[in-house]
Amino acid sequence: MAQLTYRESVSLAIAQAMRKDPKVFFIGEDVGAAGGVFKATVGLLDEFGKDRVMDTPISEQAILGAAMGAAMAGLRPIAEIMFSDFLAVCWDIVANQIAKTRYMSDGQINIPLVIRTANGGGSKFGAQHSQSLENWSMMIPGLKVVAPSSPGDVLGLMNSAVNDPDPVIFYEHKSLYASKEELESTELSIPLGQSNILHEGSDITIIGLALMAQRAKKAAIELKEKHNINAKVIDLRTLVPLDLQSIKSAINETGLAMTVEENPRLCGWGAEISSLITEHCFNNLKGPVTRLTTPHVPLPSADILEDNTIPSVDVIVQEVIKKVKGE
Amino acid sequence: MVDITNDDIGESNRLALWEMMLKLRLVEKKAYDLFLQNLIKGTSHLALGQEAIAGAFGVSLQEGDYTFCTYRGHAHTLARGSSIEGVLGELMGRQCGLMKGKGGSMHLTDVDKGVMGSYAIIGAHLTIANGTALASKYNNTKEVSVCFFGDGTTNIGAFHEALNMAQIWKLPIVFVCENNLYMEYTPIGEVTAVENPAADRASAYNMEKIIVDGNDADEMYRTAQAAIKKARDGDGPSLIEAKTYRHSGHSRADPGKYRPDEEVKDWMENKDPITNYRKRLLEFNIDEEIISEIENKVKEQVEEATEISKASAIPDVKEIFTDVWADGGYKWHN
Ligand SMILES: Cc1ncc(C[n+]2csc(CCOP(=O)(O)OP(=O)(O)O)c2C)c(N)n1
Ligand SMILES: [Mg+2]
Repeated sequence: MAQLTYRESVSLAIAQAMRKDPKVFFIGEDVGAAGGVFKATVGLLDEFGKDRVMDTPISEQAILGAAMGAAMAGLRPIAEIMFSDFLAVCWDIVANQIAKTRYMSDGQINIPLVIRTANGGGSKFGAQHSQSLENWSMMIPGLKVVAPSSPGDVLGLMNSAVNDPDPVIFYEHKSLYASKEELESTELSIPLGQSNILHEGSDITIIGLALMAQRAKKAAIELKEKHNINAKVIDLRTLVPLDLQSIKSAINETGLAMTVEENPRLCGWGAEISSLITEHCFNNLKGPVTRLTTPHVPLPSADILEDNTIPSVDVIVQEVIKKVKGE
Repeated sequence: MVDITNDDIGESNRLALWEMMLKLRLVEKKAYDLFLQNLIKGTSHLALGQEAIAGAFGVSLQEGDYTFCTYRGHAHTLARGSSIEGVLGELMGRQCGLMKGKGGSMHLTDVDKGVMGSYAIIGAHLTIANGTALASKYNNTKEVSVCFFGDGTTNIGAFHEALNMAQIWKLPIVFVCENNLYMEYTPIGEVTAVENPAADRASAYNMEKIIVDGNDADEMYRTAQAAIKKARDGDGPSLIEAKTYRHSGHSRADPGKYRPDEEVKDWMENKDPITNYRKRLLEFNIDEEIISEIENKVKEQVEEATEISKASAIPDVKEIFTDVWADGGYKWHN
């Protein structure tokens, strides 16, 4: 038994990968000597040295370009982009180069790399350090998209991501770094594309990711205890590959579906899920799919503003009650 | 006048350069003919007139070395030894193409030959080339990475990020700026703060200022050899600015009317790397018969490869769905 925080799981997962495979190295801004701005990579430099834990200049394109080239030459880089918002300054490398080179080369080039990045709100950092950007990468063929919701999932999914032969973007949620979990074992492996049921129930299926999956779980507990509503909560864990079969069987059982997303409304990942549910489960649906998202605004900073922008446990509870009661 | 007593290059290397440059020239001329016959669709960017640069590196690099080039990369790909039908076939969208038509003219890739791709978003590949160089350093192997790009590329951020990173990590890499005096349509001098767009920036990255006549194959060869050796010996990166000129427009769609006639004429008639190299070979007393024999051999190779490409099947439509992922497929859900 070990109690780990999400933050500790990140450094442990990277260390495990680096211990197992000398081809794995880790590169990013302030990741080595400083241990990362979220202290999620503390100890790696001491254990692996400067040749395998590389502090870089503030050069996001050069960081991801170097990671890509090294992967093309057979190494297995893990690259950090400090905040997911900064992906915007190296999006060419991600969206045009890393994602498409395998296809354009007719499979001659493999790019086994992991880009890990701190994602999501809750810290009152304002609109450029708080976004949930999973959908940016989800819409691009050639990228796998992972967003763990717990320390154990960080370990298991990072293990699979590093060993995956394709490029993976690994979105770590800032507001989960301090969360804790008791783990039977720290040697975990969770296949990409396998969702997780966080709460059982037959009245409605709530589908979430990362922090929103955890909030949905809390909402489901409250719904059961106080409102006699049984909500099933699916934590997707990965958007690409997507565990469509589990979504289908859940919706076919519950007949009602709600996605809970931390991104603004337009083209959020829930729109794709909703469309798939309509396509695959139409005859078993008892009502339209509901999407909870932030309003279509940049994320504001002040406590009251940010808290009222991102779907909260209370909002999820209220929306589920309306939905199940058919209001 | 060249000093014919200073023969540090030697006949066999000179003939290799000659054959290489001719191959690049004749294949691209053929590519141009094939557009006119509408057998090549899409866009294409010829490097006619710039052959000495890719050519000199082509004969200087070893198996296992990595090269990265731009959308103007037919020559750089052929220079590594990729097959002519692989290149022409890709331009024609045929099964025999290097990537079976999935990449096209701007993305020629031939990993077996060290051609690590052709990149069409300005600047990106400088950062990626650092990665293969980093891998060589990490593995303590001795490959050299070479990255070709244009003058216009020196004004994008990725250029500066890449040079800085290459220098701080002493990567085994050679950056080669082919300054053909124009970015797309704009003269590079009009949009650049310094006179020599690459070389004048070298000092900012603690690199040597290297300017070379990119149309003089011997000079290019010497410069390439020195930079490759430096990288292979573990002495770090180089940045070379090679002055050159493209004979045709920027791309297939561009007649190049923004360039003064006199300027074009001067480069075509007086500074053509291939015409001038033929003279050079004769100055070094190389038998004209050998020179012509090579010409004929290359012509034949190009004709033969053209026929192979024309006869090659078009790709199966099923190719659309292959190789997004390493498992060979494109599925994104179970
Ligand atoms: C980021 C980006 N901006 C603009 C373009 C459009 N574009 C394609 S080629 C080119 C000119 C590049 O000039 P240079 O680097 O001198 O190379 P050359 O074409 O002369 O070989 C431009 C602007 C692009 N492909 N990528
Ligand atoms: Mg140019």
